[in-house]
Amino acid sequence: MAEVSRLAIARAMFEKDMRVELRSRVIAYQILPFAALVMVLFAFALDATNVLTRVAPGLIWLAVLFSMIIIVQRTFAVEGADGALEALQAAGVDPIPVYWGKWAALVAQLLVLELLLIVTAIVLYSIEVRAGGIVLLVTTAISATCGLAAVGTIYGGLAAGVSGRETLLPLLVLPVASPVLIGATRAVEAALGTGGTAMTEGWPWLGLLSVFAVAFGVGGSFAFGPLIED
Amino acid sequence: MTTISPQRAEISSLPRGTGTRATRVIGIATIVMIAWLALFGLVLSPADRDQGDSVRIMYVHVPSVWLAYLAFIVTAVCSAIHLFGKRHSLGVDRIAGASAEIGVVFMAVTLVTGMLWGRITWGVYWQWDARLTTTALLFVSYIGYLAVRGLDGTQQQRARRSAVIGLLVVLEIPLVHWSVRLWRSLHQEATVLGTDLDVSLDGLMLFSLFVGVIAFTLLFLWLVLHRSRTLTMIDLVGDRELDRAVMARRAEGGVGNA
Repeated sequence: MAEVSRLAIARAMFEKDMRVELRSRVIAYQILPFAALVMVLFAFALDATNVLTRVAPGLIWLAVLFSMIIIVQRTFAVEGADGALEALQAAGVDPIPVYWGKWAALVAQLLVLELLLIVTAIVLYSIEVRAGGIVLLVTTAISATCGLAAVGTIYGGLAAGVSGRETLLPLLVLPVASPVLIGATRAVEAALGTGGTAMTEGWPWLGLLSVFAVAFGVGGSFAFGPLIED
Repeated sequence: MTTISPQRAEISSLPRGTGTRATRVIGIATIVMIAWLALFGLVLSPADRDQGDSVRIMYVHVPSVWLAYLAFIVTAVCSAIHLFGKRHSLGVDRIAGASAEIGVVFMAVTLVTGMLWGRITWGVYWQWDARLTTTALLFVSYIGYLAVRGLDGTQQQRARRSAVIGLLVVLEIPLVHWSVRLWRSLHQEATVLGTDLDVSLDGLMLFSLFVGVIAFTLLFLWLVLHRSRTLTMIDLVGDRELDRAVMARRAEGGVGNA
């Protein structure tokens, strides 16, 4: 049998995850509405519109984090239900491209989620996206998402399969993801101009977000194999 | 014919306790040092000019944070040895686990004593300072690490998983610290802790702290020896239960009796 390249494995994994979503529509019909609902609940809790406008960037990223936990639980529950990851292991498939395939699918799903949340914030929290801030906003979203997806995929692999592990996921993911919450919130604040921060204050945070994404991307590549090996 | 039941034979072959001559010596030394720390911390060292008697909290707080970080370093090193070593030793894994448990307990002591001191000195329990926030997140992360150790699976699975998680936490610490420092530097001119470091310590205060650090290091050594031996015994009992269950099923099926 011909050797399957790593890229082909990653692509197959990515396409499989996206196909699962396109056929089941769990993210579209359950998780996106949940994220929008969280934004509405934040408004109930924080009341005044000026407060909401001020803290909107933080709320967007909090909603992303909470929704990501559910997406990761879902995508690895699918893997675990029929022992798919173990079957891949038994077949001698390299875990590193499996990790990158699942990572890419999670990045794609999170970016859709973030777009929805930003639109929700424009409508509900009356934030304004300035033309000059769009570049910073998009780069922040991409680099933060790469880091979050790296962390989510690592710990999702641990939580795959055996029941009772899902409850562990938030406890493991949220402390690790906190630098992304801090960095992405500050950068988006700068991009939107909420909280009186200048645009230039946003760029140092991109350094943090990029280092985070690279560190956990590399760390995850090596950690994923031992974590899913059962 | 006199036969002892198999259960009895197994129990008698297990070690009777986790103490050895070495641990008893360390234990006695720890008690002596802690008594000495209490004497210096509560009686001999003077009250601080600004902080008054609340400075005495430091004689527990500083040694606790030292012990917690020492414990987490031991966990990280043992995790690396387990993962990258040729033998994938379970003994090293148990030391990592024991050390993390002790680290979490003393991190809790650190946070509580720190907050009490902060309330008296700063008027607030908490400051969003990089050091404090990193410590709090580290505490939560190691609770997660212990939860991973509690997942079901074989001992080798537990060791491998927890070693990976133990090393990922190490990756997390500098990033968390960096992000919080960058965050606070934009919002806050100088932190309370930053100015606090300039305080020159009285000689006797410094000595009391030194006694505390030695006492807590001995305490760590004593606890980690006992706890890792306890974990070994728990694993042994688990193995034997499993063996017994396998034997029982075999006996039911008549396998191995021929």
